[in-house]
Amino acid sequence: MKKLISVVLILAMASGLVACSALTSKSKLIKVGIVNNPPAESGYRAANVADFEKVFTEENGYDVSTYYSLKNDEQLNAAGQFITDGVDYLLISAAATDGWESVLSSAKEAGVKVFLFDRMLNADESLYEAAVVSDMAQEGITAVEWLKSQKLDSYKVVHIQGAMGSDAQIGRTAALEAEFAAGTMTKVAQQTATWDEAEAKKIVEAVINSGEEFNVIYAENDGMAKGAVAALDEAGITHGVGKEVIIMGFDCNKWALRELLAGNWNYDGQCSPFQASVIHEMIQKLEAGEKLAEKKVISKERGFDATTITQADIDTYGLGE
Amino acid sequence: MDNGLKKFSRSQLVVPLFSLFLLIVFNLIRDVGFFSVIVTTNNEGNTVLSGNLISILNGASELAIIAIGMTLVTASSGGQDISVGAAAAIAGSVFVRVLRENQITMPIILAAFLAGCVVAIIFGSFNGTLVAAFKIQPMIATLILFTAGRPIAYWINGGATPTVSSSLLNYIGSFIPGIPIPTPIIIVIIFGVLVSLVLRFTNLRLYTQAVGINERSARLTGINAAGIKLLSFMILGVCVAISGSIGVSRIGLINHETLLLDIEMDAILAVAIGGNSLGGGKFSLTGSVIGAYIIQALTITLYAMKVSSTAVKAYKAIVIIAIVIISSPIVKEYALRLRGRLLGKPKEVTENQ
Repeated sequence: MKKLISVVLILAMASGLVACSALTSKSKLIKVGIVNNPPAESGYRAANVADFEKVFTEENGYDVSTYYSLKNDEQLNAAGQFITDGVDYLLISAAATDGWESVLSSAKEAGVKVFLFDRMLNADESLYEAAVVSDMAQEGITAVEWLKSQKLDSYKVVHIQGAMGSDAQIGRTAALEAEFAAGTMTKVAQQTATWDEAEAKKIVEAVINSGEEFNVIYAENDGMAKGAVAALDEAGITHGVGKEVIIMGFDCNKWALRELLAGNWNYDGQCSPFQASVIHEMIQKLEAGEKLAEKKVISKERGFDATTITQADIDTYGLGE
Repeated sequence: MDNGLKKFSRSQLVVPLFSLFLLIVFNLIRDVGFFSVIVTTNNEGNTVLSGNLISILNGASELAIIAIGMTLVTASSGGQDISVGAAAAIAGSVFVRVLRENQITMPIILAAFLAGCVVAIIFGSFNGTLVAAFKIQPMIATLILFTAGRPIAYWINGGATPTVSSSLLNYIGSFIPGIPIPTPIIIVIIFGVLVSLVLRFTNLRLYTQAVGINERSARLTGINAAGIKLLSFMILGVCVAISGSIGVSRIGLINHETLLLDIEMDAILAVAIGGNSLGGGKFSLTGSVIGAYIIQALTITLYAMKVSSTAVKAYKAIVIIAIVIISSPIVKEYALRLRGRLLGKPKEVTENQ
C-alpha cells in the first residue's frame, strides 16, 4: 500500500515537473508590468487603458499584469511588487511626479527596464529607458497658433480653465496667457470651472449677463466647451464656423469632433492617449539588441479644424463613442 | 405689528435673509443693472428671459433641491450625508443609460428618471440603514458611497463622458417652448411646494424634529425613530435623482467625475446658512433654500467681479465664515443685548428665561 502511494506521489511529482517545464518552454512571453491610473478617471484614461490592452496582448508576445490606482503610494507598492515578481519591463504612468527614485533604482538593480508613459516624473534620466509623453504646453501653442491663423480683427477671449494646478491646465493656459500679456488678445474673462461642464455654463452666463462682447471661447476640455455652448444657445448667440463666436475645446472626444464636423464648434486639440504602440516598438528594438535613439518621445498631437475635419479623422482620433 | 417684528427678529431666517439682502445691495451698488432681466430669443427660436437674476435662480436649482433633502437628513439624524454628489452621479448615469438604450420620447425620459430615482433611493436606504440600524455616524456611513459612488457611476455606462442629445431633454435642462422661465426653476418650485404640502399635512415634520431632538424619548412616545431616519435618507435619494437628472439634461452629457462636484459641501453649507442646527432637531426648509441661493449668488457675483480663478474659493470662504459667525449664538445674543441697550429695553434678554 505504502509503495503504491509513493509511486503515485512520484508520478504526480514527475508530471508536475513536466507541466512546469512545459510552462517554462511556453513562456517565451515578455513579462510586462503596467502601473496606470484607473480607466474611470477620465475619457482620456479610458482610451489610454484600452490602447494598452489592445497592444500588449499574448498574441503580440506579452504576459501582462496591470495595476490601477490614483494614489502614488499604492502605485509605488505595486511597482515594487512587479519588480519582485521579476517582470522584464515596467511601464509607469505616475499619479504624482515625486517619490519614484528609489523604486526605479531597485528596478535598475534587478535588471528591469522602465518606460514612462503619459506623464513625466522626477527621477534621473538614467533610471528609465524612455518616456513617451504628451506635451501639454505644445497643445496650448498649437491651439493658439490656430486661433491666430483665423486672422480676426480682434480677439476677445473667454478662457475657461481646468482644475487649477493640473498638468493640462498649466500647459493649455500658458500659451494663451502669453498672448494676453503681449496684448494681441483681450482677456474678457478667465475663470476655472475645474473641468465641470455645468460650472463652465455658469461662467459664460455671467459674461453674457455683464454685456461684454467676446468672440472666442477657449475651453480647456471638451466638456467645458459643451457647457459654454449651452449658455450661448440659451442666450441666442450663434457659434461655430462663420458665426459670432469661435468655440475651442481639447481632448478630441468623438462627440466633440462630431460637433466640429457639423460646424457648431471650430477647433479641438488632441491629447493623444495612444502611447502603447510606440512603447511596443521600442521594446521590440531592445529585445533585438538595438539601442533607443531618444530618451523623451513626445506623442504626435494635432489640432482639428472644423473646416477640414473628416469622418475618417473622427473614427481614427476620436475618443469614446 | 411690533409683535410680528419681534417674532421675526428671533426667527432663524433673519441671518440668511439679511445676508441675501446684503449681497443684493452690494451688487446693486456695484452695478445698478446687475439684476435686470431681459427678454431674448435663444438659438431654438424661443422667447426666453435672461440676466443674472435668472442665472442665479437657475444655477442654484440642483443645490436647492439637494439642500431640502439634506435638511431633513440633518434634522432627523443630526449628521450629514456627504455622498450626495456621488449618488447624483450614479442616478444621472442610470438616467443616461436608460435614455441611450431607447428612442428618446417623453415616456422614456420619465422612465429613465424613475429608474434613477429607484437606484438613488436604494443607495439612500443603504446609507439610511447604516445610520438608523447600525448607529454609525452619518458622515462615516456616507463616506463609503462618497468614495465608491463615482467609480460605480462610471461602471454603469462603461465610458467616461457618454452624451445624450434630444430637444426633449432641452425642455428639462433649459426651456420649454412658450415658457420663458428656465425649467429647472419651475422644477424647484413644484418640488418645494410638494415637500411643504407633505410636511403640512402629515406628521413628518413633527416626527423628524422629535427624533432629531431626543431620539430615545421620541421612541418612547411610539415614534419609529429608525424608520424616520431611513425615510429622510430615502427622500434625500429622490432629491439626488432629480438634481442628477437636471444636471445631465442641462449639458446633454454625463461626466461621472464632475457632475455636481463638491455639491455635498455646498448643500451642508446651505443648511447651515439657513440657520439650521447641524446637530439635528428643529429645521427650516425655507432657510436652506435661501442658503442655496445665497451660495449661488455669491459665486455669480465673484464671476461678475472677475475675481481671478485662483482666488475665487478664498473669497467665497471669507464671506461664508462671516455669515456663519454672524449666525453663531454668541454673536446673536450680543446683538440682542446691544439692541436692547440702544432701545433702552434691557429686559429683552431676560425675557427669554
